[in-house]
Amino acid sequence: MNVKVAILSIQLRLNSIKKLSTIALALGVERTRTELLPFLTDTIYDEDEVLLALAEQLGNFTMLVGGPEYVHCLLPPLESLATVEETVVRDKAVESLRKISQEHSPVDLEVHFEPLVKRLASGDWFTSRTSACGLFSVCYPRVSSTVKAEIRQHFRTLCSDDTPMVRRAAASKLGEFAKVLELDYVKSDIISLFTALASDEQDSVRLLAVEACVSIATLLPQEDLETLVMPTLRQAAEDKSWRVRYMVADKFSELQKAVGPEITKNDLVPAFQNLLKDCEAEVRAAAANKVKEFCENLPEDNREQIIMTHILPCVKELVSDTNQHVKSALASVIMGLSTILGKDNTIEHLLPLFLAQLKDECPEVRLNIISNLDCVNEVIGIRQLSQSLLPAIVELAEDAKWRVRLAIIEYMPLLAGQLGVEFFDEKLNTLCMAWLIDHVYAIREAATCNLMKLVEKFGAEWAQNTIVPKVLGMANDPNYLHRMTTLFCINALSEACGQDITTKQMLPVVLKMSNDQVANVRFNVAKSLQKIGPVLDSNALQTEVKPVLEKLATDTDMDVKYFAQEAISVLALA
Amino acid sequence: IMCGPVRDWCFSQVKGAIDDDVAEADIISTVEFNHTGELLATGDKGGRVVIFQQEIENKNLPQFRSEYNVYSTFQSHEPEFDYLKSLEIEEKINKIRWLPQKNAAQFLLSTNDKTIKLWKISERDKRPEGYNLKEEDGRYKDPNTITSLRVPVLIPMDLMVEASPRRVFANAHTYHINSISVNSDDETYLSADDLRINLWHLEITDRSFNIVDIKPANMEELTEVITAAEFHPHQCNTFVYSSSKGTLRLCDMRASALCDKHSKLFEEPEDPSNRSFFSEIISSISDVKFSHNGRYMMTRDYLSVKIWDLNMENRPVETYQVHEYLRSKLCSLYENDCIFDKFECCWNGNDSVVMTGSYNNFFRMFDRGQRRDVTLEASRENSKPMQVLKPRKVCAGGKRKKDEISVDSLDFNKKILHTAWHPQDNIIAVATTNNLYIFQDKVN
Repeated sequence: MNVKVAILSIQLRLNSIKKLSTIALALGVERTRTELLPFLTDTIYDEDEVLLALAEQLGNFTMLVGGPEYVHCLLPPLESLATVEETVVRDKAVESLRKISQEHSPVDLEVHFEPLVKRLASGDWFTSRTSACGLFSVCYPRVSSTVKAEIRQHFRTLCSDDTPMVRRAAASKLGEFAKVLELDYVKSDIISLFTALASDEQDSVRLLAVEACVSIATLLPQEDLETLVMPTLRQAAEDKSWRVRYMVADKFSELQKAVGPEITKNDLVPAFQNLLKDCEAEVRAAAANKVKEFCENLPEDNREQIIMTHILPCVKELVSDTNQHVKSALASVIMGLSTILGKDNTIEHLLPLFLAQLKDECPEVRLNIISNLDCVNEVIGIRQLSQSLLPAIVELAEDAKWRVRLAIIEYMPLLAGQLGVEFFDEKLNTLCMAWLIDHVYAIREAATCNLMKLVEKFGAEWAQNTIVPKVLGMANDPNYLHRMTTLFCINALSEACGQDITTKQMLPVVLKMSNDQVANVRFNVAKSLQKIGPVLDSNALQTEVKPVLEKLATDTDMDVKYFAQEAISVLALA
Repeated sequence: IMCGPVRDWCFSQVKGAIDDDVAEADIISTVEFNHTGELLATGDKGGRVVIFQQEIENKNLPQFRSEYNVYSTFQSHEPEFDYLKSLEIEEKINKIRWLPQKNAAQFLLSTNDKTIKLWKISERDKRPEGYNLKEEDGRYKDPNTITSLRVPVLIPMDLMVEASPRRVFANAHTYHINSISVNSDDETYLSADDLRINLWHLEITDRSFNIVDIKPANMEELTEVITAAEFHPHQCNTFVYSSSKGTLRLCDMRASALCDKHSKLFEEPEDPSNRSFFSEIISSISDVKFSHNGRYMMTRDYLSVKIWDLNMENRPVETYQVHEYLRSKLCSLYENDCIFDKFECCWNGNDSVVMTGSYNNFFRMFDRGQRRDVTLEASRENSKPMQVLKPRKVCAGGKRKKDEISVDSLDFNKKILHTAWHPQDNIIAVATTNNLYIFQDKVN
C-alpha cells in the first residue's frame, strides 16, 4: 500500500476518532448505545494511535450514552480494548474503566462491572488477565462482602499465574490493592502474596515486590512490621540478582519513611552500608544517589553519630570507586551532607572528600561537585574551596570535549553568584571572554548567553566597566566569526545594559561594522539594529540607525538587502 | 504429547518449487515451529517469511495431522546498503523465534544480519459496511442526498491474515547477528553477533544493553568469535553462548550487569589422536540448544552432536557421530568451503531424540534412550503420500553393499542445515536448499 495513502488514512481515522463525541451527539444517546458502541466493540483492528485515542475518548463518554444510569454500556468496547497486545492501549483502556467505575452505582458495579473484571481475570489471554489486575482496587470498596471475597480470590489466583507477565501486573498493583482492603485482610491475604511474589523465580517479578513493600509497610502498624515485612525486605536487600538489590537501593528513602526510625536504625543502616559496598556498580551508584536523603531522614537524636560511624566510612570508599558512574552519583549528593553534619565535621571530614572529587579524572564527577557548591557555601563559606575550585574550573573550561566545556559554562552564572563579583573579576572573567572565541559555535553561543546572565546578576555598571569594552574590542578582530560574536553579544546585552550604554557605546560599533567586507557581518548588523532598536530612543533611530539601514538596503548582497529592509519595516522607519 | 519412540517416519508434504534450478532468493535459511506446533515459519534468503498452519480439522485424524497449509507470507527484510562502510546488508533471514501467545494474534521475531523485527500476525474476518459518504463500490455519494447519519455494521468476510511490523530493533550490532532468543520472562530477548550479545526489552526499540563483549582491545588478537546464543527455557537469568573454538559459556545475569565473566565453561579436552590441521575449524560449534526440561544443552560441531549436562563442565555426557566418514575428506571439504557449513540441531518434545542434518539431503536422528540412530533422506523420489522413509547408509570405504551410497557419490550441494521438531508431536520439518519437507510418524 502506498505509504502516503496509509499515513493519510491513519490520520483520517485518528481525526475521526477524536471527533467521536461529535458523532455520538449527532446520533443521540439511544443510537450511540445501540449502534455506535457495538460497532466500536468489534473494530479493534486499527493502528495503536487510533485505538489509544478511542480508549481515551470512551472514558469521557458517560453523558453521551445517557448518564450514569447507562454508563455500563461503555464496558463492552473497553473490555475488548483491554485485551489488545499493545501495552499503551491496554493501560489507557484500564484507566478509562477505572474512571467510569466511579460513575457506576453499587448495584451496577455488582451487576456489570465486577463480572467484567471476573471475565478478564479468568480470560484465556495473558493480556486480559494483566488488565484485570488494574481493576480490582476500584471496584472493591463499594461491593458486598460476598463479592469482595470473590475479588480477593481472583487476585490471589493471578498472583500465582503461570505467566510472568501476569504475575508482574499483579505485583505492580499489590500496593494499590492493599490500600483499599480492610486491615485484617491486609495481614492475612496481602502479606502472604507479597512474600510469595518476593521469592518468585523471575527476577522481574521480585523486583516489583520491592515497590509494593513501601505501600504495604505504610499501611501496617509499627509493631507488625518486624514480623510481617522486614524478613522479606532483608531478603530483597541481599537478593542474588543485582536488579532486585538495585530496586531496594532506588526505593531506599521511601522504605526508610515507611518503616520508621527504630527499624531504620537497626535494619536499614546495615542494609544501606551493604548496598554502598555492593559488588555490582549499578547498585552502588543507586545507593550513592540516596546518601544525602538517607542521612537527612535519620532520626535527629543519633543522626550525627550514625552518619559518622556507619555511613561516612563507606562514602570515603566510594570517592575512589573504580566505576565512574558511582563516583558521579556520589558527587551529585555528597555536598548536601555538609548541612547535616555542620561546620566542624564538614571541615574535618567532608572537605577532603570534596577536594578529592574536584580532582577526579572523570569530568562529570568534577561538574557534579561544582554544581552543588551552594550547600557548602551556607555551612563553611566557599573560600575554603576556592583554591582548588579555580584550577578545577579552568581545567573543565579547557577540556577537549566541547560538551564538557558547555556544561561548565552553564554553571558559570551560578558560580559567579556564589563566589561574588570580586572573585569573578579576578579569576573568571578572562575565561568567560575566552569562550566567546571558542572554535565550536555552540560554545560561543552559550558564552554569549552566559554574559547576559552575568549582567543580569551584577548590573549594568559592572558590565560597562568590565565586559563591554572587551566585547566591543572584538569588533576589530581579523576573524569575521569573532566580529559577528560581537554583534551577537550586543544583541544579548543591550536590554540588560540599558539605553545609555547601548546608545553611547554599543551603537557606534554596530554602525561602523556596516562597512565590513564580509556580507555575513553586514547582514548581522541589520539584524542587530532591529534587535537593539527598541532600546534606543527615537532620535538615535532617526538620525543614526535609519541612514545606515537605508544604505544597507541598497547593498550588492541579496541577504544584506533583505535583512535591512526587514529591519526598516519592523522598526517602522520607512 | 505424542512423543513416543518412532519406528518409521513417512512423508507428509513438500513445499516449494519443483524445478532443479534453484532461485537464490528461495533458499530456506531458517525453520521454526511455534510453541504449540500449530504454526511453522520459514525464512529465506530473499527476506521473506512464510508461515504454514496445521489443518485444524485434521488434528484428530492421526494420519493427517501433519498437513500444513500456507497461512501467511510477507516480506520481512529488504536489502540495504550501509553507506558508511560501503557494504551491502543482506535481506536473508538468519533466525525466526516465536513469542508465547498473549492474545488472539501471533508474534514472532525475525532477524537478518543487522536488524531484528517484531511481526504481528492477526486474523480479520469482519469488515464494516454502510458508510455515509461512500457507496458500496467505493464511489463518493453526493452529499445532498444524505439525509440521515448511519453507523456502519460489521459483516462477515473471508478470513484475511495480516502481518504487520510492530517493532524494529536496529543499529545495535556492528557484526552479523547469528542468534536471537526470547527470555522466559516474556519481556526481554537477546541478540548475538560475532563479538557481542545485547539484551533488549520487547517494547523498547531505542535502547539495548550490552551484556557480553568479547572484542579484544587490539583486533589483531582476535582468536575466537560467538557462534550461537540462547536463553535457558525457564531460568530468566541464565543464557549460554558457544564459540568458534568449541567452548560453551553459561552466564548468570543476576551476578552482574556485564556478563563477560562466565559462571560455567563447558569444554571437552581435545582427543590427541584426532588432531589435524582442521581440528580447530571442525570444533567450532554451529548451534546450541537447551533441552525442553532445561537440564541439558546440545551442541553441533562439524562432525558430531554433543549433549552436555549443565552440572558437568569438563565433558559432554553423550556424543553422536553425524558423518564420521567425512573425517578423511576434510581437505577437499576445506577446499570447497563445505567445512564451514553451519548445521543446526533440535530436540524432540520430550528430549528423548535429537536430530540434525547432513549432506546429500540426508538427516540423522539419535534416540538417546533406545541408543539407536537412523539416517533418512528428504528427496522428491520418496514423496508419495504416507510413503515410509527407508533408512539410508553411507559406505565409508571397502565393499559397497547394494542400497548403500559411497562417500564419493554424496552430493555436497544438497545440504540440510535447518530442521525443526514439533514441540508436542512426532512431526518434523526438514529444509533442503529450497524445499520444506514435512514428515510424521507412521500411523497404523
